[in-house]
Amino acid sequence: MSRLLPSLRGIPRTIVLGAVLTVFAIGATFLLDPYRNFQLATVAAYFCATAGLTLLIGRSGQLSLGHAALMAAGGYGYALTANAMTDAGVTGIPRFLAGMLAAVVVSAALGWLLGLAAARLRGPYLAGVTLTLVIAVPAVASVFSGVLRGDQGVQIAYDGVPPVLERLIAVEQWQAWVAILVAGVVVTALAVFARGPVGLRMRAVRDDETAARLNGVRSGRVKVTAFTVSSVAAGAGGAVLCFATQSVSPGAYTLAFSLLLVVAVVLGGLGSIGGAALGSALIVLLPWLLAAGTAALPLPVELAQRLSGNLSILVFGVLLIGVMLVRPGGLVSLRRRRPSRSSGTATAAAPAEQPATTASPPAAAAAGARHP
Amino acid sequence: MDRLLFLFATGLARGAIFALFALSLVLIWRAARIVNFAQGAMALVATYAAFAVTGVTGSYWAGLAAGLVAGAAIGLGVERGLMRFTPHSSPLSGVIVAIGLVMVLQSLLGILFGAQYRPMRAPFDDSPIMVGGVPLLSPYDLFVLGVALAVMAVLALLFTRTSLGLQLRASAFAPEVSRVLGVRVGRMVTIGWMLSAAVAALAAMLLVPTELGLNPHATDMLFVYAFAVAVVGGLDSPVGALLGGLVVGLAMTLVTGYLGATVAPIGVLVLLVGVLLVRPGGIFSLREARSA
Repeated sequence: MSRLLPSLRGIPRTIVLGAVLTVFAIGATFLLDPYRNFQLATVAAYFCATAGLTLLIGRSGQLSLGHAALMAAGGYGYALTANAMTDAGVTGIPRFLAGMLAAVVVSAALGWLLGLAAARLRGPYLAGVTLTLVIAVPAVASVFSGVLRGDQGVQIAYDGVPPVLERLIAVEQWQAWVAILVAGVVVTALAVFARGPVGLRMRAVRDDETAARLNGVRSGRVKVTAFTVSSVAAGAGGAVLCFATQSVSPGAYTLAFSLLLVVAVVLGGLGSIGGAALGSALIVLLPWLLAAGTAALPLPVELAQRLSGNLSILVFGVLLIGVMLVRPGGLVSLRRRRPSRSSGTATAAAPAEQPATTASPPAAAAAGARHP
Repeated sequence: MDRLLFLFATGLARGAIFALFALSLVLIWRAARIVNFAQGAMALVATYAAFAVTGVTGSYWAGLAAGLVAGAAIGLGVERGLMRFTPHSSPLSGVIVAIGLVMVLQSLLGILFGAQYRPMRAPFDDSPIMVGGVPLLSPYDLFVLGVALAVMAVLALLFTRTSLGLQLRASAFAPEVSRVLGVRVGRMVTIGWMLSAAVAALAAMLLVPTELGLNPHATDMLFVYAFAVAVVGGLDSPVGALLGGLVVGLAMTLVTGYLGATVAPIGVLVLLVGVLLVRPGGIFSLREARSA
């Protein structure tokens, strides 16, 4: 992509790229039928979460298995605020913006708290705590069932197409537009963040925390920031998903879904935002394709029932193991040139990174922060 | 008061199972420096094997033995076939591969056996014995406690009194030096995995008869509890796993008994975060790891 617009560099380039891709995606909704547009909206919502997760795992080295819980936090924040606004007589875009704001605030608060714990923990401990968090989601929903409505979840009022566009597009397409717009803003902001000074410190802490601290990087603060930013992205994703499906319930944010987000990120390539987009599309489309495939086969009813759901998990599990063992760089590493041998094995073993960021001058400082 | 005593006694029995499972996590951690997130799923496969053997032979004991053998075999297979090839560049790859394994095993069990609960019976009465008018442990609880204590004693003897135990400990603490001194470190890691998987299978087989039954997700919560135990006790310390198991078992039984089963996961979360914020290495960990 560096061949396009070589005169643009750095953050303006990221923003222009994000805007162009968002416009392209919105244009693409005209080519799709309503169901595909709904799937596109889902992919965009997942993309928010996976882009945040890929930065967290790939760039700061913190493995979260609980991003579904953070999405749920955003979804509940959005739904409760939207309902309150509906009761107050506010509708349309102000209601949506207030809901998004609440989603961001709620998920940021939860992410900050988790980040405080995470900053003191190493890999497997953090993974276990976040795993417990996502398992606790149904329990939280039923303990506070007065507000969160237990297993049923919270339903919100239907958001129709604005009157200006009513004659032009269907409601699914409108939802896809909103989802793509939010994903565009969130992911572009994440990309800018990852290129900036905090992104650099994140990578320094990931590669060698001791060396980073000796160089004056406050590793705890960097980890908390990374976790908070990542959970804001996840919360925005949850809010968009709530907007598109008009409901949020614990059944939608299970451990299986949380692991699926990790699968998306690993398959796409850890640390790569483009990879997160590919992975999000994969976790939406592959189960759907597999379900369509098994439905076409003349299988006994009981077997078909057992295959539904399980087959896609099986395929994702095999893919996850295969990618980790054979190509830890994920899908995005397939089309990339192999790194030059002269830099030694350290760079080859490190998680995938955007070529643009490794080439940027500040990364040299991060490399200096590593142990020889 | 009667209820408290009853919950206390039940908590002891459940804590023994948690401690056993946590011990299996500690065994792998000490042998290979991996927190095996697939431990629950691996134990579940062994439990299904035990269930099948019991169904064919009609004997609980044959099933138990088959489950132990199956557990060890799965440990062998996973270590030799999968974990050995996991890149060691980052501690996260082991966790991610283990998660992939969980997905594969659970979905395979779901495809092969379906999602319904299959009740598992133990040849013991599970109604509590009355002591002075107070219901306390059931015969099955006593059996569980006895087995757990016996296994822990055997493991302690194995690790402290035998040549194999010495080699296992040596290759866990100083693999390079042990290799120079003639210990076959690779084999020791494999043995560690087999031991650990067999102990985990035993814990799962003891737990399932007290729950709804066998299901592809029957050990999810067991893993979470055992992880909490291992964290409370410190992943390095077998004694910590035992004490942590009793603490978590009692705490969770009390929470479930007084506040309801739905609150239990929140209780674990609070416990985990609390312990990790105060002592990141676990309450009973041997030493603080220095980083700078």
